Amino acid sequence: MSAASQFKEEAHEITRDLRHRQLIQTALGKYEIKRDEKKAAFQDWQAARQAAAETKWDAINHLDTYLQEFATKLEARGTKVHWASTAPQARDIILNIIREKKARTIVKSKAMTAEEIHLNDALEKSGFEVVESDLGEFIVQLRHEPPYHIVFPAMHLTRGDISELFARELGSAPTDSPEELTMIARRALRNKYVTADVGITGANFAIAETGMISITENEGNARLTAALPKTMISLLGIEKVLPKMEDLALFLPMLATAGAGQTITGYNSLYGGPRQPGESDGPDEFHVVLLDNRRTELLADAEQRDALHCIRCGACLNVCPIFRNVGGHTYGTTYSGPIGSVITPHLRGLQDWKHLSSASSLCGACTEACPVKIDLHHHLLHNRRNSATEKPNRLEKLGLKLFAFVVNHPAFYSLAKKMGRLMQPLHALVKGTRIDPAYGWTQSRDLPTMPRQSFKDWWRTRP
Amino acid sequence: MTEREKILGRIREALTLSAPMPGKHHSPAAHSSVNGHAVASASDWLPLVGEAFESQITTFRTCSTELKTDFQLFDSHEHLTSKLQEISRAESWQQIASHGGNLALPAAESLGLPILRTDSPYDVVALEKCDVGITECDALVAQTGSVLVTSRSAGGRALSVLPPHHVVIARREQLLADLPSAFALLQKKYASNYPSFISFITGPSRTGDIERILVLGAHGPKKLTVLCF
Repeated sequence: MSAASQFKEEAHEITRDLRHRQLIQTALGKYEIKRDEKKAAFQDWQAARQAAAETKWDAINHLDTYLQEFATKLEARGTKVHWASTAPQARDIILNIIREKKARTIVKSKAMTAEEIHLNDALEKSGFEVVESDLGEFIVQLRHEPPYHIVFPAMHLTRGDISELFARELGSAPTDSPEELTMIARRALRNKYVTADVGITGANFAIAETGMISITENEGNARLTAALPKTMISLLGIEKVLPKMEDLALFLPMLATAGAGQTITGYNSLYGGPRQPGESDGPDEFHVVLLDNRRTELLADAEQRDALHCIRCGACLNVCPIFRNVGGHTYGTTYSGPIGSVITPHLRGLQDWKHLSSASSLCGACTEACPVKIDLHHHLLHNRRNSATEKPNRLEKLGLKLFAFVVNHPAFYSLAKKMGRLMQPLHALVKGTRIDPAYGWTQSRDLPTMPRQSFKDWWRTRP
Repeated sequence: MTEREKILGRIREALTLSAPMPGKHHSPAAHSSVNGHAVASASDWLPLVGEAFESQITTFRTCSTELKTDFQLFDSHEHLTSKLQEISRAESWQQIASHGGNLALPAAESLGLPILRTDSPYDVVALEKCDVGITECDALVAQTGSVLVTSRSAGGRALSVLPPHHVVIARREQLLADLPSAFALLQKKYASNYPSFISFITGPSRTGDIERILVLGAHGPKKLTVLCF
């Protein structure tokens, strides 16, 4: 089945799932209240957005310079920097490090980039045990599912679902307390941190000026992953760069506010190398893997280049009426919601993923919510335009030509109106069925009955 | 050609086309001061913090309450130490961990318990069994209620995250107004040789991954106590 028909089919199912709807509305309702409260605490949220957008513009439009500065600074303090053009290359780099270390257990903190290259699958196929340590990711890993949302991976599950899952997979006693469920996961993972040979993390920002990666999290699992195993590997997209460390003063609170309705996230940690002389702990080896995976193709599209400004806060998903109805899994992509619909065609092919750009009401809520001012809803239009230019739909074009001809010739137009009025009663026989030529439109909509007299006729005969 | 050269080559080629500036309906001239401009004014956009010590300590306290950090201010190190002893008794600490700082170590020693020191290589399994990690910090940030630590100021990477209770001993002078001043401090203090680990700790470890309900102590400390004198 094509990605487009799968999307359509799954969307059709899930939009009727009232339990799913209820869960998403409750979760996002709570998020909205906190987000608005934290946004209001800013002295000037709009000025902060503009500044963040300009800083990211600077970073992305001088990406070569900043990436080299980032890599050079990291290397100077003993970090090994790897460059991967493709997903298989990135997987091989990571697998080779792990094989070389003769690692048995790997503990991993949340990284969307790792989802993008299907890292866990590759590691498991090669016989390594890899444990997701973020609670939400741990839950979806046990379910053999991809994360539902880039920030809230298990948003689609109730405590009941999770209790059942833990009872089945971990043998724990059933409970309906989120606190107890969290403690079950805590106990299950504690030992893993202490015994794991390798820790894998993602990164939220890459600081060029000082050669550091910045990781944002609430649970402390990434901190443990970066503190205890002897080898640390961080995988990040090349677009994560920020020019200066002090830029974080703006980006950390904006990411937290837009992403989760927090003033700042629980732990914001910078890592500039393996254990340095005089330090008592930390990994002996630190590897940073920089991933392109067609990001440079998006970079080459100057019109949509600002999509690389994305800091993966998930704010556009949270406000999107499409996401809120179809949910995260329906997209069938690593990155869902408006940002996913914009970038997936660039990362995985326009013709296969153009349907996501049409699954939009173009309301612009995403653009409004974006803390770095990505012009999201216009980019959905750009994708539609580009796909039509690249591969025109001849039938649609013919139809529109015919329509243009009819409306440009009053005699034909008037004939068409009369025909329409005469034919409409016959339409009732096929309306909403598969043989209805207007099925796509009429399956869920009513066509009003055409009046006996048109406005034009009335105008001509008015008293 | 290495992958590094290939990727950088593709980037350079892509960037031969220039992209519109954010908020493109304005003239580009209005956005000429991209570099540094954002940061110079970040304090003007972020949540407001007063200038006086009293008002900053109030902000830090308000944030702490919201975050469920236990924050207490004392008029002397002596009073602070007796509070620490009180917590130790209440939680019946058996094993404690700390590092060789001028503030943290004397406070830890006053408890009369065996101390695991993490400022030189140590046994991780033993640290995992400790009831508390007592550390110093580089700064407290009023704006966000954060504790700024580094591998150098707080006994490495694990001491402040592995034990179930993290106690921070800080001096009043370490209170900073906002995040921009915290980064300025880091630069001033370490620019020639940064510690390999820097972290803004804001509240105890937390998660909202189950039905967006707040639970403390997901993987890191269940409790964060900031004792300041």
